[in-house]
Amino acid sequence: MCLAVPAKVVEIVDEENQIAKVEIGGVRRNISVALLDDVRVGDWVLVHVGFAIQKVDEEEAMQTLTLLRQLGQDIEGEFAATQPGDDERGYP
Amino acid sequence: MRFIDEFRDSELAKRVVREIERIAEGRRFRIMEICGGHTHTIYRYGLHDVLPANIELVHGPGCPVCVLPMGKVDDAIAIAKHDGVILATFGDMMRVPGSEGSLIDAQADGADVRMVYSPLDALKLAHQNPDRKVVFFAIGFETTAPSTAVTLLHAKRLGVRNFFVFCNHVLVVPAIKALLDSPETRLDGFIGPGHVTTVIGSKAWEFIPKDYGKGIVISGFEPLDMLQAIYMLVRQLIEGKPRVDVQYTRAVRPDGNTKAKEVMAQVFELRETFEWRGLGWIEKSALKLKPEFAEFDAELHFNLPRRQVADPKVCQCGEVLRGAILPWECKVFGTACTPEHPIGACMVSSEGACAAVYQYGRYSRKVRELLRHR
Repeated sequence: MCLAVPAKVVEIVDEENQIAKVEIGGVRRNISVALLDDVRVGDWVLVHVGFAIQKVDEEEAMQTLTLLRQLGQDIEGEFAATQPGDDERGYP
Repeated sequence: MRFIDEFRDSELAKRVVREIERIAEGRRFRIMEICGGHTHTIYRYGLHDVLPANIELVHGPGCPVCVLPMGKVDDAIAIAKHDGVILATFGDMMRVPGSEGSLIDAQADGADVRMVYSPLDALKLAHQNPDRKVVFFAIGFETTAPSTAVTLLHAKRLGVRNFFVFCNHVLVVPAIKALLDSPETRLDGFIGPGHVTTVIGSKAWEFIPKDYGKGIVISGFEPLDMLQAIYMLVRQLIEGKPRVDVQYTRAVRPDGNTKAKEVMAQVFELRETFEWRGLGWIEKSALKLKPEFAEFDAELHFNLPRRQVADPKVCQCGEVLRGAILPWECKVFGTACTPEHPIGACMVSSEGACAAVYQYGRYSRKVRELLRHR
């Protein structure tokens, strides 16, 4: 029930009734943007039961991905540094 | 950026899992994912199989269809059987068993039950059928309630006279408080519901560390989101500093969606108490229409049986919803109770924990092993 999918706003259909057209995976449909302030064409929103419930922040998404990519990198770095010539350097 | 594929990278997922293994080593963590959507991600993407055994995931009550007691389905069916009524509801609700069958069964018996995608579609039905009474059977948590509220504001503005709402919106926070107050609950922390929190805001969860000393990380719904959230939660538990962290920063803000909260406050008020399947009666845990919207209130307009109906004896949905047992530990899981012939709601809903395990979990090595030894 709490499923919501990211969709891109492609057109403001009816300013007065707060209806926008969004594209979700190639499918276009009208949704209500009454729960958000100043939605613009090009914005990404989360769509739930025909309503945009929140804007999706691209910068934050990039940052999350960056953090994810960093996870485990330190340890991989350590491995990379220790692998060649471990024995020669006399690691315990 | 499409905000989906990027968060399904399996190579990256493997690395995050290794990190979780590394930092969690030597300790056990019992974590509840509150939202049924998260339960589905866990089984659908096999996270259950790749996570180390010392991370124990317990499924929570975050499935609005599952937590409605059978009596509510009976009430909806009673409304649907009134002359000239069209009962509209979400697809998830259609096959949930009441004491004498589901809404689908009522439809087969001649009641006019329609599946809608949005509450606005139900309002449109009222507009298209001026000589009929259209009742929207509203279910869902704080994610969904604002949509019902906007629909009611529309209906009022347009002066629609043949549209009603049977309001069964429930609130997540009181349910989690009730769960934490129960002596049987043994949990280290929570994966918080991402979409509910886009509305209520992450601040709404501060009681978890403050009053109960547990941690919570609000998570998105893609597999990498969930793995990162589990990593973040394990980290704060190891540091011994339980707090509210947000992994789903692309959609969750501290105050949530203030406009949605305002709209809800305009239309709804708290019920004194509400009965939840598995959790019992919880004070101030559900919404009803304000007196200003009484003309749309199906509870005032129709005679409802309002019977309290106990679940069938064999059904253990209640225990599943409290996280007291895992779906496959239920005696009838996958045998007498299947998605085709459900006994309990957890096997029906697209967010039910039993449905998740039945659909995807049976392919999981761990679950297959456990089922064999049942």
